[in-house]
Amino acid sequence: MIVENASTILSVKNLQAGIDGKEILKKFGIEIKAGEIHAIMGRNGSGKSTLSKVLAGHPTYEVTGGEVDFQGKDLLELEPEERSREGIFLAFQYPVEIPGVSNLDFLRESTNARRVHQGLEELDPFDFDDLVREKLDVVQMDPAFLERSVNQGFSGGEKKRNEILQMALLEPTLAILDETDSGLDIDALRIVAGGVNQLSTEKNAMLVITHYQRLLDYIVPDFVHVMRDGRIIKTGGKELALELEEKGYDWVDDLEPTLVEA
Amino acid sequence: MSASVKTLVDQPYKYGFVTDIEADSLPPGLNEDVIRAISAKKNEPAFLLEFRLKAYRRWLTMTEPTWPDVDYPPIDYQKIVYYSAPKQEKKKQSLDEVDPTLLETFDKLGIPLSEQKRLSNVAVDAIFDSVSIATTYREKLAEHGVIFCSLSEAVKDYPELVEKYLGSVVPAGDNYFSALNSAVFSEGSFVYIPKGVNCPMELSTYFRINNGDSGQFERTLIVAEEGSYVSYLEGCTAPMYDSNQLHAAVVELVALDNAEIKYSTVQNWFAGDKDGKGGIYNFVTKRGLCAGVNSKISWTQVETGSAITWKYPSCILKGDNSVGEFYSVALTNNHQQADTGTKMIHVGKNTRSTIISKGISAGQSKNSYRGLVKIAPKAKGARNYSQCDSMLIGDRAMANTYPYIQVQNEAGQVEHEASTSKIGEDQLFYLAQRGISAEDAVSMMVSGFCKDVFNQLPMEFAAEADKLLSLKLEGSVG
Repeated sequence: MIVENASTILSVKNLQAGIDGKEILKKFGIEIKAGEIHAIMGRNGSGKSTLSKVLAGHPTYEVTGGEVDFQGKDLLELEPEERSREGIFLAFQYPVEIPGVSNLDFLRESTNARRVHQGLEELDPFDFDDLVREKLDVVQMDPAFLERSVNQGFSGGEKKRNEILQMALLEPTLAILDETDSGLDIDALRIVAGGVNQLSTEKNAMLVITHYQRLLDYIVPDFVHVMRDGRIIKTGGKELALELEEKGYDWVDDLEPTLVEA
Repeated sequence: MSASVKTLVDQPYKYGFVTDIEADSLPPGLNEDVIRAISAKKNEPAFLLEFRLKAYRRWLTMTEPTWPDVDYPPIDYQKIVYYSAPKQEKKKQSLDEVDPTLLETFDKLGIPLSEQKRLSNVAVDAIFDSVSIATTYREKLAEHGVIFCSLSEAVKDYPELVEKYLGSVVPAGDNYFSALNSAVFSEGSFVYIPKGVNCPMELSTYFRINNGDSGQFERTLIVAEEGSYVSYLEGCTAPMYDSNQLHAAVVELVALDNAEIKYSTVQNWFAGDKDGKGGIYNFVTKRGLCAGVNSKISWTQVETGSAITWKYPSCILKGDNSVGEFYSVALTNNHQQADTGTKMIHVGKNTRSTIISKGISAGQSKNSYRGLVKIAPKAKGARNYSQCDSMLIGDRAMANTYPYIQVQNEAGQVEHEASTSKIGEDQLFYLAQRGISAEDAVSMMVSGFCKDVFNQLPMEFAAEADKLLSLKLEGSVG
């Protein structure tokens, strides 16, 4: 939702970043305000996933220029775990499996890391259990998944639900959903999108990265950005996604970069 | 190795100090005179000197094993000091008379021996180089008929028990290092649990090597009579020296009908520095004999130290329906090498064994599981379950699994499962993205991996072991 006089949550200016000396993001810019849902679309290789990893602080990616301001803080100065505790959440395209670590313990550690950072009390296992059971409803997840090792043996849909469960627990200020729809059947997609919608408020913001328009039927964006070659080349409302769906990415290739916010 | 999986190792070894105390040592070298001198220093009966000399003569005909998957330069057995004891007027009757420097040493190691500070439910035998310094709670244990003392005292006070059981499970000529141990062993613990007694507290021996040139050759003997139970724990540390020291111990357990022995080890010998210099060579023979029906022997080991570990705590399941268990966590880091596992020899009917082995390799270390499950012709209905999991941290460490299975009758059942996992950058980043630092992440993953084994440790030591592992891995990522 677009909220009047909303504060800016994320401001990215002229961001340049890459991997192994190859530049992928080229003077990328975006500004996201509280309450807004932004979608980023683009072909494979346009730099969408790189953007999500750079914002989350993945050590393999190297930032070579530009600025990222997150609620008044220089995001690029923060370690990945500090970014998380500050309120940046990345729902992974491929959540990793962590054998031997119980999902419940992991969720509690993670929630408490954020709570301590916010100056709140750590939750003991009993209070945490109450909280997590309440949040399970958001993604209609079976409590049995709490007892299993993190993501181990989960189906694609279960992994994505587990991601959204974490989002529900951490209550991030900015949630980045990286191709959350990939590998989901239509029912799982509905549940996951339903969870995301429940978590969207006028105080937080979402950055939804997707290849297909399909997800945006369920998570309706306020802005749609089209990426090509490491930067945004066109921005519009939700109808831009439909236009893109209809005309295909070839259409994007012919676009002149006209509208760049930064 | 990537930048973030890089540093996990540089935690200083906090037990690396040397105690400055005058020692009564024999000159380095090994021959029959040295063995006679050790025996004389300990005022041993003739049968024991005979046992030693026979072992020595046997050792001379043997060669060091080369099959373990470990590399080290040849050991010069003539350069080792085979007996070293802190100078004090024989063993003290009361702790107040023990040299305070020694009590301080054990205090520093977290093993307080003095009346006020000692652990409330654990009896400790503290062994410094070649001698036992003190054994706590002896009187209380004696009320239950439990004998817990140093082996030298047992030789004096209970010679017939020692003569009956010493070498009965691990014969002197069993292997190169057991033969060496049998010739020169100087100290160790002796435990005897009488018929029907459930030992009222944990028994524990703490081994400390202090002298830089001395080897440690201790020998532990535990006998559980019919229907008795005991839980025993050993811990070990050593100072940091640039040279390697040899530790060749022998442990023998005997469980009679319906008896149970639970033997746990938290091994934290000095592992050498990060370039692989120094550290203990831990070449140990541990074996338990389930002699009676329905008897049970359970080995739990957490191996974190030593430059080289060569160790296969085993069970001979002779009594019908007897049970053998082996739970192991072996952690290697930097240049450590471990070749460890177990042997389960099923002889009796309906015998059962369980093997759970967890190997963690970090740095440039090499960690091998080697295990034998043998089902003898008469072991009808014998069953074994083995699970061997390896975890790699970083990309320069090595893990190997060598399971040997010999089934000699058709009614035996053997299951083997194995897995290899890796703490990789992706997992660390995933956890970091959820606010969890690299060190907490590694410690979560490692404790999760070892959970099945830690659950087997006496409660007082499970948390300790968990902490020890985190400490050992500190700095290996981040």
